[in-house]
Amino acid sequence: MRYLPKSPSERQQMLAAIGVRSMEELFTSIPAAHRLNRPLNLLGPLSEMEIIDYFRARAAENSCGYTSFLGAGVYNHLRSVVTDALIQRGEFLTSYTPYQPEISQGTLQAIFEFQTLMCQLTGQEVANASMWDGSTALTEAVLMAQRLTGRHQAIVARSLHPEYRDVLATYARNVSLEIDEVAYTPTGQIDAAALRTAVNDATAAVVVQSPNFFGVLEQVPELAEIAHAKQALLVVAITEAVSLGIVRPPAEADIVAMEGQSFGLAPSYGGPFVGVIATREKFVRQMPGRLTGQTTDHAGRRGFVLTLATREQHIRREKATSNICTNQALCALAAAIHLCLLGKEGLKELAQQNLAKARFAAAELAKIPGVQRAFSGPSFNEFVVELPRSVKMVNADLLQDKIIGPLPLSGFYPELSKRGLVCVTETTPRAEIERLAASLRQILDRPV
Amino acid sequence: MTDRIKKASRHTSQSEGLIFEKSAPGKRGIELPRLDVPAVDARQALSAAHVRETVNGFPEVSEIEVIRHFTRLSTWNYAIDLGMYPLGSCTMKYNPRVNEFVARLDGIATEHPFQPIQLSQGCLKIMQALQNCLLEITGMDAVTLEPSSGAQGELTGLLLIRAYLESQGNPRQKVLIPDSAHGTNPATAVIAGYQVENIRSDARGQIDVERLRQTITEDVAALMVTNPSTLGVFEQHIAEIAEILHANGSLLYMDGANMNALAGIARPGDFGVDVMHINLHKTFSTPHGGGGPGAGPVMVKKILEPFLPVPVLAGKSDGTLTLDFSRPKSVGRMRAFCGNFGVLVRALAYALAYGPGIRQATEDAVLNANYIRKHLEDVYELPYKSPSMHEVVFSDARQKKYGVNTIDIAKRLIDYGFHPYTTAFPLIVPGAMMIEPTESEPKEECDLFIDAMRAIAEEAATNPEVVKTAPHSTRVGRLDEVSAARKPILRWQPKASGEAAD
Repeated sequence: MRYLPKSPSERQQMLAAIGVRSMEELFTSIPAAHRLNRPLNLLGPLSEMEIIDYFRARAAENSCGYTSFLGAGVYNHLRSVVTDALIQRGEFLTSYTPYQPEISQGTLQAIFEFQTLMCQLTGQEVANASMWDGSTALTEAVLMAQRLTGRHQAIVARSLHPEYRDVLATYARNVSLEIDEVAYTPTGQIDAAALRTAVNDATAAVVVQSPNFFGVLEQVPELAEIAHAKQALLVVAITEAVSLGIVRPPAEADIVAMEGQSFGLAPSYGGPFVGVIATREKFVRQMPGRLTGQTTDHAGRRGFVLTLATREQHIRREKATSNICTNQALCALAAAIHLCLLGKEGLKELAQQNLAKARFAAAELAKIPGVQRAFSGPSFNEFVVELPRSVKMVNADLLQDKIIGPLPLSGFYPELSKRGLVCVTETTPRAEIERLAASLRQILDRPV
Repeated sequence: MTDRIKKASRHTSQSEGLIFEKSAPGKRGIELPRLDVPAVDARQALSAAHVRETVNGFPEVSEIEVIRHFTRLSTWNYAIDLGMYPLGSCTMKYNPRVNEFVARLDGIATEHPFQPIQLSQGCLKIMQALQNCLLEITGMDAVTLEPSSGAQGELTGLLLIRAYLESQGNPRQKVLIPDSAHGTNPATAVIAGYQVENIRSDARGQIDVERLRQTITEDVAALMVTNPSTLGVFEQHIAEIAEILHANGSLLYMDGANMNALAGIARPGDFGVDVMHINLHKTFSTPHGGGGPGAGPVMVKKILEPFLPVPVLAGKSDGTLTLDFSRPKSVGRMRAFCGNFGVLVRALAYALAYGPGIRQATEDAVLNANYIRKHLEDVYELPYKSPSMHEVVFSDARQKKYGVNTIDIAKRLIDYGFHPYTTAFPLIVPGAMMIEPTESEPKEECDLFIDAMRAIAEEAATNPEVVKTAPHSTRVGRLDEVSAARKPILRWQPKASGEAAD
């Protein structure tokens, strides 16, 4: 077997050195009754070529050749070959969590840079070394607010990503956290008046997403004021991180929970991505996850270490701030490299292109009789359209033209039948936007 | 003693500051295609209140500078690709490159979790193939691939236990955890709403079966056991432990962090385990990447299947696959979408490379650990003499008298060209030195490691200072972790202050 570096005679030499006659003898500590006495029934062994063929065959059963207008927490953005080349260096790819700082300075400095970039983007003071994804980052942010306030209610915008709400509900069930929901208005934004009524002295956190699931920007300063008036914390989720190139960051939030997939990570059927928690410095000791800090060695040389580990499970066990151990370090590295490549101007231009393309697409679609924007609030690169008939039916016809159409919202929001979420990024050529509009016009022209 | 350092030699490494310190206005490393629609004024489109002008402090560098910066940083890391990484419990084995290649294929890396199910059959077949493989290796009945890591797998497993017990009328209050367990076990139990009761290991480092029989109470929901334990020792009485729990209406959870000692040899489903997780970034070789991503699939017995997180992979009558969301008894969703799919792809590629031959990998891992044990047990203290499986735990008891501890020895290993073993874990061994070579090490590398460890044992007796002040060959020496925690500096700040967040 090509991954195993021993010859038969070396195995024999090693067994002899140990003082056993056979491999079998090395396993006698497992009671005989529990030992498997047959070969596993598994496909393989396959050579490298066969493995590639197997996965190429699976890839061919997916969506190659289709143009997609899906976003909703997973975005198609440009990815540089530079990022991929760098993260595949063995020294990054095949290294462990940097618990031994003297021989992990590469990973540690890169994480320190990642933390800095996340602070700059979100307008927060500290950011951690990564969480599993946006949904678990959001959930951990709310649990953090619960610890910080000693209160046990979270008020969540209905316009928060439905799967993020589901994850929060799963975690909340066993930690005495009550979840209440606040509706959205015709702008697509959270109903601020209803929120003001709902927030009370038991509220640990107000939880919103901006841009929200409908692509609409929330009025973060006003929401912060509402939360803070009752000493509750404002938690802001961000699923489309590229928006921060042009959209004002949620600096008034107490905790920001972000999905960083947009920064150079492939959609990859939903993961691996990179979750981020960023917050105020005074809350750092209640943060979950790993943190890298700057320090010096005995000679005064700058170096980096994992720090404040007394929050973490391997030290604090049942009193830890979270059970997270393995995070998404390599994805955080990819995001950091991608952002360094983009730089200040590139990020802004990228965000501007997304805004312009989405505006163009919204205008093109609005020209089709019976199609209109569902919400009036300001949006970045996603928007909700209302169609004269079922989005699912329309999508089935769009597939004939090799177009994956708007995400039907009725599955997540029964009240939003005939509405679909459209995402357009810098990777969507104008011609494809026009093809979607033409195809949709034709479909809607046909009798049902 | 330095003439005994065979694996490593000094070489020049590049100095490099922070990326922010190289920045100069007007530089960039990516150019975008020309905008093919009319530009819009963000202030008009979004209103001025929503618009930011710039990201203060953001770097501005060219492509070659980014390449050099991160390449230089990379050379400051140790890695499996450079040599043995004997971190006990972490299972640092070879990460096959073909796994990286297939995870990046068009049609795999490019797929969106919300695309139509009929255009996702390739993804779902990959998930199905991995599920079948995990079930065959563990001997369990059903599986979810959703958890993002081992810790989230543990949480999923405990939520399944809670949901099952609730359906029986009482979720119970306590989870029993041996004192040798990973820290994630107790931290997870708390999030699952359980009180943790630590149970002491017996003199052989095993769960004390008689004590368990006498002290188990009706409020025990489950026992979380790591098998082989963190001492690298198989729990001899695992079936009896399962019987005691089952007779009490409790369930047996197995932390599968050490499944690489069992694959092809023994199946947890055959010795009484009700629910377990497996770390794909350990046993199934998906790269650690400096701390993640991983994945922590959870395997269960039939009784727990109705409670699995949504969505569940399901077959349709027409032979195609789908994702089933209508599962009324489900514990809910553990994370968005379908888990760390890209990690699942790599794990399947690894499993396909071996097929039933994965047994050979397990044998070689156990062979390496025992070979190292045999050659070091005369110079380092072996507190538990039970037969080792894939890892061996020594202690620094003999070196302590020279003032040398496990961390010193670990740091000195760096000078000899190795990554340290795991220090100070498991907690039941004071001054633990936990060594896991994995199957990826040739005999030659094991021999070099043995030589290095023996040389350090001699140094500890004859020249303890050189060990206590190690490492001597790295870019930076031991770092001041106390100051780092007391006055945390967690981000770079521009020298000229006053740049408020815009």
